[in-house]
Amino acid sequence: MSFEYPQDLRYLDSHEYVRLDGDIATIGITEFAVEELGDIVFLELPEINGDLTKGERFGTIESVKAVEELNSPVTGIVVERNEELINSPETVADDPYGEGWFLKVRVNHLDELDDTLTAEEYAAMVEGD
Amino acid sequence: MPIQFSSITREHEAVRTAAGMFDISHMGKFSLQGKNLLSQLQHLVPSDLNRLHPGQAQYTVLLNPQGGIIDDIIIYYQGPQKAFIIVNAVTIAKDKTWLLQHLDLNTIQFQDLSPAKVLIAIQGPKAVSYLQPWVSTDLTPVKPFGHLETTIFGKPAFLARTGYTGEDGFEVLVDPEVGVELWQYLHNAGVTPCGLGARDTLRLEAAMALYGQDIDDTTTPLEAGLGWLVHLDSKGDFMGREILAQQKASGVKRRLVGLQTSGRNIARHGYPVLATGEVLGAVTSGTLSPTLGHPIALAYVPTHLATIGQQLEVEIRGQAYPAIVVKRPFYRSKNRAIYE
Repeated sequence: MSFEYPQDLRYLDSHEYVRLDGDIATIGITEFAVEELGDIVFLELPEINGDLTKGERFGTIESVKAVEELNSPVTGIVVERNEELINSPETVADDPYGEGWFLKVRVNHLDELDDTLTAEEYAAMVEGD
Repeated sequence: MPIQFSSITREHEAVRTAAGMFDISHMGKFSLQGKNLLSQLQHLVPSDLNRLHPGQAQYTVLLNPQGGIIDDIIIYYQGPQKAFIIVNAVTIAKDKTWLLQHLDLNTIQFQDLSPAKVLIAIQGPKAVSYLQPWVSTDLTPVKPFGHLETTIFGKPAFLARTGYTGEDGFEVLVDPEVGVELWQYLHNAGVTPCGLGARDTLRLEAAMALYGQDIDDTTTPLEAGLGWLVHLDSKGDFMGREILAQQKASGVKRRLVGLQTSGRNIARHGYPVLATGEVLGAVTSGTLSPTLGHPIALAYVPTHLATIGQQLEVEIRGQAYPAIVVKRPFYRSKNRAIYE
């Protein structure tokens, strides 16, 4: 199975991705993570105006197989969350980098993404070479 | 066996509505022959094996002297001096040691076929019709827990109408070459290959215990809701009898119950069960039931809370959620024949 790693995203080694547009970061999980989790049944995300701290847990994703914590790639405040996805979390598999986003966050420091992985680095990690 | 071939819920649904197959060759397979076989086994299990006729089988447990469950097993009774036993994979060594210690090896010949044979479970309402074309004997008259020796592709095969899914189906024991070929034929015919994930969701909907998780050396069959396989009245002494008789007389302190929770998040193994804010028990198995669409779980709770309709709570990652004690199994096949 080969996975997509869009070039315009930055990645965490815990399989979250972030897309920066001005000071708004869109956060989700990668196609690889979705595939590994299998049938996703539950998604727990912070409320709008909730605080996110870089490197800390911000939510939970659960599949029939496993439950995983979600780690924040940025520090900031939640401005939008994907209510449709919370209601039918299984649809994340259809489009993890598009319709399957989790949160939009206003970030405090734009340079925070400097230590995240590029698409190449993340792909190399996932594919183990 | 992988966790999944395609998707746990898709494989699960295939077994509930059509047919799925599991490579369960990892399970332990013992063949026993010799004089007084049944009366010797009779001492190691709480079930009355004298009720068995050749061609029938008994789901039962090996008990330690404290009444704890060494393993849950199926004894396939083949004739006065012959039986086949299927045991869990992780307990093969433990069971083997126990059996060899307690059977009279001057009269009993014990053979461990675990590495030599493969075991394929074909399960689902259409399992029998998919399997029949490759088997030289008519499978229709075989009753649930019935078994027979026959041939597949002209090679010896042991077939039993048993499984771990709550559906009709067979478990097939053959040589590896025959197993590989049979798997291919069944796959081409449309039987869905299933993994460990679906095996777990299917057995849990049917409220079948998983050894090491729902039952172990410290739980007795009476606590685990397996009282139906304990035949205190009709048989003599057996390992653990004293404890079970005591528990039956004075009642068990805890019971394994079925729980239903609302929402979508799963109460998993080890999560606390609470009543009025106090931790009183623990979840042993939990999943989101693919058939029912809501989370289900098995949990040990104090006996006074083990009644259907009892309101409880489960703690999921620090937060308490309402749970209610419900009837087991959570799911029952519409095919009544399998309960006969």
